[in-house]
Amino acid sequence: MTSKLLTVALGLGLSVAAVSAASAGTLDDVKAKGFIQCGSNPSLIGFGFPDDQNNWTGFDVDFCRAVAAAIFNDPTKVKFTPLSAKERFTALQSGEIDLLSRNTTWSMSRDTSLGLKFAGVTYYDGQGFMVKKSLGVNSALNLNGASVCTQTGTTTELNLADYFKANNMTYQVVAFEKNEEVLKAYQDGRCDVYTTDQSGLYAERLKLAAPDDHVILPEIISKEPLGPVVRQGDDAWFNVVKWTYYALVNAEDLGITQKNVDEMKTSTNPEVMRFVGKEGDFGVGIALSNDWAAQIIKHVGNYGEIFERNLGEGTKLKIARGKNALWSKGGLQYAPPIR
Amino acid sequence: MTAVIDEARPQRVSLFNDPKVRSLAAQIIFALLVIWLGYEIYHNTSANLAKLNKSVSFGFLWTTAGFDIIQRPIEYTRDSTYFRAILVGFLNTLIVAGVGIFLATIIGFIIGIMRLSSNWVIAKIATGYVELIRNIPLLLQIFFWYAAVLKPLPGPKESVNFFDLAFLSNRGLVTLKFIWGEGSGYIGIAFIVGVVGAFVVGHWAKRRQELTGEQFHSFWAGLGLIIGLPLLTFLMLGGPVTFEYPVFKGFNFVGGFTILPELIALVLALSIYTASFIAEIVRAGIMAVSHGQTEAAHSLGLRSQPTLRLVVIPQALRVIIPPLTSQYLNLTKNSSLAVAIAYPDLVAMGGVVNNQSGRAVEVVLIWMFIYLSLSLVTSAFMNWYNARVRLVER
Repeated sequence: MTSKLLTVALGLGLSVAAVSAASAGTLDDVKAKGFIQCGSNPSLIGFGFPDDQNNWTGFDVDFCRAVAAAIFNDPTKVKFTPLSAKERFTALQSGEIDLLSRNTTWSMSRDTSLGLKFAGVTYYDGQGFMVKKSLGVNSALNLNGASVCTQTGTTTELNLADYFKANNMTYQVVAFEKNEEVLKAYQDGRCDVYTTDQSGLYAERLKLAAPDDHVILPEIISKEPLGPVVRQGDDAWFNVVKWTYYALVNAEDLGITQKNVDEMKTSTNPEVMRFVGKEGDFGVGIALSNDWAAQIIKHVGNYGEIFERNLGEGTKLKIARGKNALWSKGGLQYAPPIR
Repeated sequence: MTAVIDEARPQRVSLFNDPKVRSLAAQIIFALLVIWLGYEIYHNTSANLAKLNKSVSFGFLWTTAGFDIIQRPIEYTRDSTYFRAILVGFLNTLIVAGVGIFLATIIGFIIGIMRLSSNWVIAKIATGYVELIRNIPLLLQIFFWYAAVLKPLPGPKESVNFFDLAFLSNRGLVTLKFIWGEGSGYIGIAFIVGVVGAFVVGHWAKRRQELTGEQFHSFWAGLGLIIGLPLLTFLMLGGPVTFEYPVFKGFNFVGGFTILPELIALVLALSIYTASFIAEIVRAGIMAVSHGQTEAAHSLGLRSQPTLRLVVIPQALRVIIPPLTSQYLNLTKNSSLAVAIAYPDLVAMGGVVNNQSGRAVEVVLIWMFIYLSLSLVTSAFMNWYNARVRLVER
């Protein structure tokens, strides 16, 4: 925990070779070592969660796989570093990881003063509250005086302080470092309320002994655009990550799926032809092969498939697409065209 | 003959083999290495930070923190600065370290003396304590106590009620809060006067005993001064204190004074763990005093109690103090494990500040500076105390 942070901070000073090589060009670096080091959440069902054989699954995890598929045509060329909220930025700044895909909120200070860049919004979220049904609370405005469990080093912690101040309510914050500790404390009755991003609440509720005894309050108190993060000043790598995300969304837009991507290679639709690399040299600009986008879809599927596989109706989480539907279906997911 | 001696006499040694030159060269090379390492650390840190468009500066400490803290020894809200947040963390560390050191010393001395008891059961209990506690990692013990404190306790609504004066629940121990009224400052002054008076009486009693052999019960007189004087002032001022009673309202108790379960668990774990080491130090110190001293005291007619108090312990302290200092320092530094159970200590608060502001290097520097200062102050005090109890040769 803390020792890791210290190591990382010292590493920031000491490891001259590692760091300067990393900032020379993460893309070249990644190609040379043959895999992506990806920072992920080790305990959030649906977003990042390793099973007992250390097979990682989740929405954020699949994004790392998509980047690997674009570069190596092999989604397994990813190594995952489990990170707590507190450790994540230092790990990226110091070059310990190449890409941070860990339900991280895009905010101005993080974008402008941490030496980091957000590559897009893969998931539009907002902060919510979960309480025990037996408390009989049905609005967040009834939470005056409550004890609230949350994770330290998050925007959640800040939104919480803002929300209670804005509504003239008092509360006690009990802030833990890891989300499993937060959940345990909530379960043991240390707190009345559990707060985090709403998607996280749905995921954590599943881990409780009796999920139906807990209710998620209707209020969403913040904007939490979650997305992948890279180091600032490394445009080539930033482009690869950014366009991997755009490719996922564009594929869903064009109806290209994991199943039909090979057939689509014979399509005569110019937009599809550009996507699969039959027309133009779009791979050149990001120093990848021309069928980079097709590789992504072949190995991990398009945005919608990734969403459904990890979070959608077929999973235990049963999260509706909502704001994360395509722009053409009333959502916010939108990508610039490949042309 | 002379020729033979001349041959045996060493020739002028080459510079390479001259021990003086060699040791000097080694020291210069080592010093250069240290300087180079220091420079590299400085240079690389600033170069790498520059690449990230960042620089080392402490100006960020004066921006709004924006988060809340559960235990605030001083006024703090979300509108306070990062500096104040770190200060709150620092004070919380002091609270844990102070209470922990106090309890660990008491438990440690009791267990250490128990281990030397001639009563088999008592001695074995103490041995069992030491062997069990000091061989289990501290972090596990902290988790154990946190679970042990939290799990069996009821929620705040069903909390254990101690005559409406204190309530124990999984939200902590909520009790009365003293609100000192006007003139309360005099009580503090009376307390200080009492303490000074107790020292003076003690000193006087000791001198009198040395001169005349007459004993004076300075302990009770001192206690009377320390407790009696403030009490008398308090009564003379007409009791300028009111109580704030905790009242259950909605989710939690409102008002009153709360001792967090995290603090209770942390203090328990730290003091019980460190006490096992202190017990061994105390045992070693007492055993270092030769048995002849005890026998001599006994033959002078002193009973066991005064023998221990007047003969054995003062001599044992000389052995005990230096390693005891290390244990105090250990306890202070171990308190940084607080972060594991959400107690807002210096490390936890520094971590949050680092995360919210992105100032990793600065925060680590602040941590190092504070822990170093704390340790140096503790050892300075203990060295002073050690010098005081040192054997005075007459």
